[in-house]
Amino acid sequence: MVAVDVKNLVKHFGSTEAVKDISFTVNKGEIFGLIGPNGAGKTTALRIVSTLLQITSGSVNILGFDVKKKPEEIRKFISYLPEDAGAYKNLTGRAYLRFIANFFEKQSQEIVSLGIEIADLGDRIDDKVDTYSKGMKRRLLVGRALMTKPKLAILDEPTSGLDVVNAQEIRKIIKNTARDGAAVLLSSHNMLEVEYLCDRIALIAEGKIIEEGTPKALLDKYDANNIEEVFVQVVA
Amino acid sequence: MSALGNIIKKELRELLTPATILPIVFIALIFGSIGSSMEGITEELHEKPVLGFINEDNNALSTIVTSILENESEVIFNSSDIADKQYGLEQVKQQDGLALIIITQNFSKDILNDTRGSLEVYWMMKGAGLFDTISSEVVEGLISMINREISKVLIEDNATVNASIALWPTSRTDTTYFKDREIGLSPGAISGMLSSQSMLIPIVIMMIIIMAGSMVISSMALEKENKTLETLLTLPVKRTSIVTGKIAASAFIGLIFAVVYMFGMNQYFQGFQMSEELNLADFDLALTSSDFLLIGISLFITLIAALALCMLLGTMAKNYKSAQTLTFPVTMLAMIPMFVTMFTDFDTLPLALKSLIFAIPFSHPMIAPRALIFNDYVLVIGGIIYVLIFAIVTILIVVWVFKTDRLLTGSTRKKWKFGLTRRR
Repeated sequence: MVAVDVKNLVKHFGSTEAVKDISFTVNKGEIFGLIGPNGAGKTTALRIVSTLLQITSGSVNILGFDVKKKPEEIRKFISYLPEDAGAYKNLTGRAYLRFIANFFEKQSQEIVSLGIEIADLGDRIDDKVDTYSKGMKRRLLVGRALMTKPKLAILDEPTSGLDVVNAQEIRKIIKNTARDGAAVLLSSHNMLEVEYLCDRIALIAEGKIIEEGTPKALLDKYDANNIEEVFVQVVA
Repeated sequence: MSALGNIIKKELRELLTPATILPIVFIALIFGSIGSSMEGITEELHEKPVLGFINEDNNALSTIVTSILENESEVIFNSSDIADKQYGLEQVKQQDGLALIIITQNFSKDILNDTRGSLEVYWMMKGAGLFDTISSEVVEGLISMINREISKVLIEDNATVNASIALWPTSRTDTTYFKDREIGLSPGAISGMLSSQSMLIPIVIMMIIIMAGSMVISSMALEKENKTLETLLTLPVKRTSIVTGKIAASAFIGLIFAVVYMFGMNQYFQGFQMSEELNLADFDLALTSSDFLLIGISLFITLIAALALCMLLGTMAKNYKSAQTLTFPVTMLAMIPMFVTMFTDFDTLPLALKSLIFAIPFSHPMIAPRALIFNDYVLVIGGIIYVLIFAIVTILIVVWVFKTDRLLTGSTRKKWKFGLTRRR
């Protein structure tokens, strides 16, 4: 079943066309990756799906709700993790998770417990966020994003700033989230990560989707060893 | 370029930002405008005061009084008949005079009989600001001169009067007409009694607005700088709740500031007051409990309006540093009415300035106490309604901004283009 349906999406910032008529779908239980260089329009697309930015033209439908008309409904079952997101520095990790959990109608204690489990910060969960390393902050934020068991998780560079071990752990958590039935829309510069994580990918450059398919199909089509090679060929 | 020169150039570029330059320019402008006002007051001090007098005595010593008044002031009314008092008062009032001085019967005889000669001064007070009573100081100076001159005559003539009478031969009773009220005090005494309203309330309100306002602006800036805003905006919470929550929390802290500052400043001002201070209630100049309620409402709504305005400015902040610059317009809007209400009276301002002060929402709790003492409920309630409308409209604009891209992407096309190019 289609969870995200993006049709002919266009986004202008003044005279600059950041997203140029893109269309894609994400199914339930699927991990869909948007990959592309900086400034390609990935973050803008994710922000639109997350209800943060308004649409210039086209449509975005999430689980039957139009982003333009029902953003408040959509916010109840999505979760967005921005690339360079932060947390409130004066709160402890636990207090931050509790603050977020309080916005949801579900059992907030259960949500917090799951967030603590995903963040896996041990005793440091009761330390102030200000004292966390970059990797610890990212783990806390991934915990925050996935603790609510969203129907759609929108993850912008989810493993950014994490070391190899932590990044692998987070990738497993994302896989499990999709396995549990959630749709995952993510963006990444890390082509290998995308190849490992995503069921389908879209290559985006200068605001346009220039190729789309499963990693295997793309590798076959371009006779490439990895997605990085596919990307270079497509962009070239 | 040398390493030192390179560092100095970089430091100057970082330090010379609008955030540092604008406050300096503003302070210079404030001092400049105070200087101009003082210049006007100095001119006023050198001008002859406009007076009227009635000389009921018409003897040698009272003639000294009248000759001083005629030489040192512009006399617009004079008479020797007390029956003309009412007419004289009307004349002084109509011709924008300062006072009507009555030299009572037996003025000279009393002095020569060891009793101070009585002068009755009927003041026409226009405003209760610090600058408003400056002109009455000129008349006070004239009365001192009268005492000196009569003293001189008494001493030269070897008059057999008590030394204390010889040194200060007159006594004075003051009656002031101020805002259709007759008060048995001099304008200086009234102004002094109202000084707590003139000084304390505007300063406290200005401080609360600046402190609470900069908190809201900084809060918005920190949300952006710490990258927490995007997360907050994708949570299932209404934009109005985010805006209201931020404003309510800052208003709560602002009110705590208000209580603390009010207590501290009150103690500070009491330190300057004499123990035998006149009681405002004795002269019907005290505020009633319903007046305090109106002032409280005015203060609260103004605080909400200020915070809403700051929130709007905060949406434009890119980071904590830029937030400091954005507090400048709020600071200016709080300082202008503070200085105006401290030094002048709203009622005595020219229409254009009056309209400007009324339009600044922060003025209203500053002008409310004095207006309420003189039962100007229309001004106070009208002010509350105006500020309430201002607050509602500003909050609606903030909520609208929260619903648009502006909050995250900034407002100008140029900035976005720059960001896009840089990211690429």
